[in-house]
Amino acid sequence: MPLLELRGVAARYGALRALRGIDLSVDQGEIVAVLGANGAGKTTTLRAISATVKTSGELVFAGERLPRRPEAVARAGIAHVPEGRGTFAQLSVDENLRLGAHVRRDRAGVKADYDRTLERFPILAARRGQAAGTLSGGEQQQLALARALMQRPRLLLLDEPSLGLAPLVVADFFAVVGELNEQEGLSVLVVEQNASLALASSERAYVLEVGRVAVAAASADLQRHESVRRSYLGY
Amino acid sequence: MLLATDWAGVAQQVVAGLSSGGTYATLAVALVLIYRATGVVNFAQGELAMFSTFVAWTLTQHGFAYWPAFVVTVLASFAGGIALERVVVRPVEGAPVLTIAIVTIGLFFVVNGVAFWIWSPEVKSMPNAFSTRPIRIAGVAFSISDLGIIGVSLLAVLLLWLFFRFTKLGLAMRAAGLNPASSRLTGIRVSWTIALGWGLATALGAVAGLMAAPTLGSFDQNFMQPVLLYAFAGAVLGGIDSALGAVIGSLALGVFLNLLGTYVSWVGTDLRQAAALAVILGVLLVRPAGLLGTAVVRRV
Repeated sequence: MPLLELRGVAARYGALRALRGIDLSVDQGEIVAVLGANGAGKTTTLRAISATVKTSGELVFAGERLPRRPEAVARAGIAHVPEGRGTFAQLSVDENLRLGAHVRRDRAGVKADYDRTLERFPILAARRGQAAGTLSGGEQQQLALARALMQRPRLLLLDEPSLGLAPLVVADFFAVVGELNEQEGLSVLVVEQNASLALASSERAYVLEVGRVAVAAASADLQRHESVRRSYLGY
Repeated sequence: MLLATDWAGVAQQVVAGLSSGGTYATLAVALVLIYRATGVVNFAQGELAMFSTFVAWTLTQHGFAYWPAFVVTVLASFAGGIALERVVVRPVEGAPVLTIAIVTIGLFFVVNGVAFWIWSPEVKSMPNAFSTRPIRIAGVAFSISDLGIIGVSLLAVLLLWLFFRFTKLGLAMRAAGLNPASSRLTGIRVSWTIALGWGLATALGAVAGLMAAPTLGSFDQNFMQPVLLYAFAGAVLGGIDSALGAVIGSLALGVFLNLLGTYVSWVGTDLRQAAALAVILGVLLVRPAGLLGTAVVRRV
């Protein structure tokens, strides 16, 4: 049974139909990529999952219907790192991290995770008292990831983590995500504009086209399949 | 002018000004609290404080001493503020700021009218919160009541600050005010943090009303309206999104207005409200963000 399953999920912004009924699943411990051109519905797919857009269709998470309020989705065990990272610019790094653990009740576990997070991201430890808004883009992306991890989610949603970052910083970021996936079995659904990078770091991928799934395949197959790459991914 | 300067008199007037300023500060922080949670100035804040004061007055008419009535009223106001938010403000949550502001203006008139309906229009008087005797410090006689009001106001604001600074819920409330969308994604129940903000603001307003009422000698259902104006002026002066700014602004305004009323004979008490409006206007023209507020930069 998949960890997350979407069946015929549609979403719209007013009259604009951004998702026209997609089927998608993420298994436990899997990294899945969502690719496609601008306006294909990648971000909306994540927003549909976290209920920040009105949806129809069936969304099942860990065997149960996914609630349709963002705070309830977070409490169900899904962490969403949105476009623009969703950190609190005026609050300190420390406060951002503590907010990540807002839904948790296990104080000892939170404390342990807090220390581990600072070990994993030494730059955040150094900038602990600084306002998040004063961090560089790469540091903010680390903070966004670290904050999401403080929630100890079962599924992590990443929206265009590479946007606006230097290639080396992006490589580091994906290395950390891969590590978390291997060591802790964290499941990840990642939306990426950078298709080659996303395919290299994921097991399976969906290619969206105007709100529908055009191709669903193993990432390795997609990388090899030149005609698919040319027509959908443009490289 | 102050030719033969009476320094003891000035010190007394400064303390009396800080005392009024403390009351304004308490109400100003209530305004800041709701402003930060929802981006709206709660125009009904003063009337809610008036309503709380009348509840306390009723308790004192039924055998309660001042301080037990104070505690019961502040707690009841906290619960009442939450209930009010759920019933009146919740339906317009997420509506444009102007809509919510108009709802609070409507609330102003409703609360005022209901208070006149429940409690007859004749003036009331409240037992004193503090001893009416003066206390001599360094040879100058100060009113214990003034010092007590300063103490209670600052304590209320300090407790609130500690709550926001050091508790998990306080942090969640600050986050919810700064960025509701991101807060929801981290699992914060933003709708409830707004209700809680209303509860705290209403409780704080009750403190302000209960400090102001006894000093007036007698009061009616409109007694908090000038206080709301002064609190608003103090908050604007300090920066409407800064609690510390609102406290400093309100205290400064209290002292300024008191000295103005005492030493500039033609101002008296009549022009105090006009002076407060002049402060609001002046700050908005010269430094819209106030002393400690954050300037809002809008890209057009």
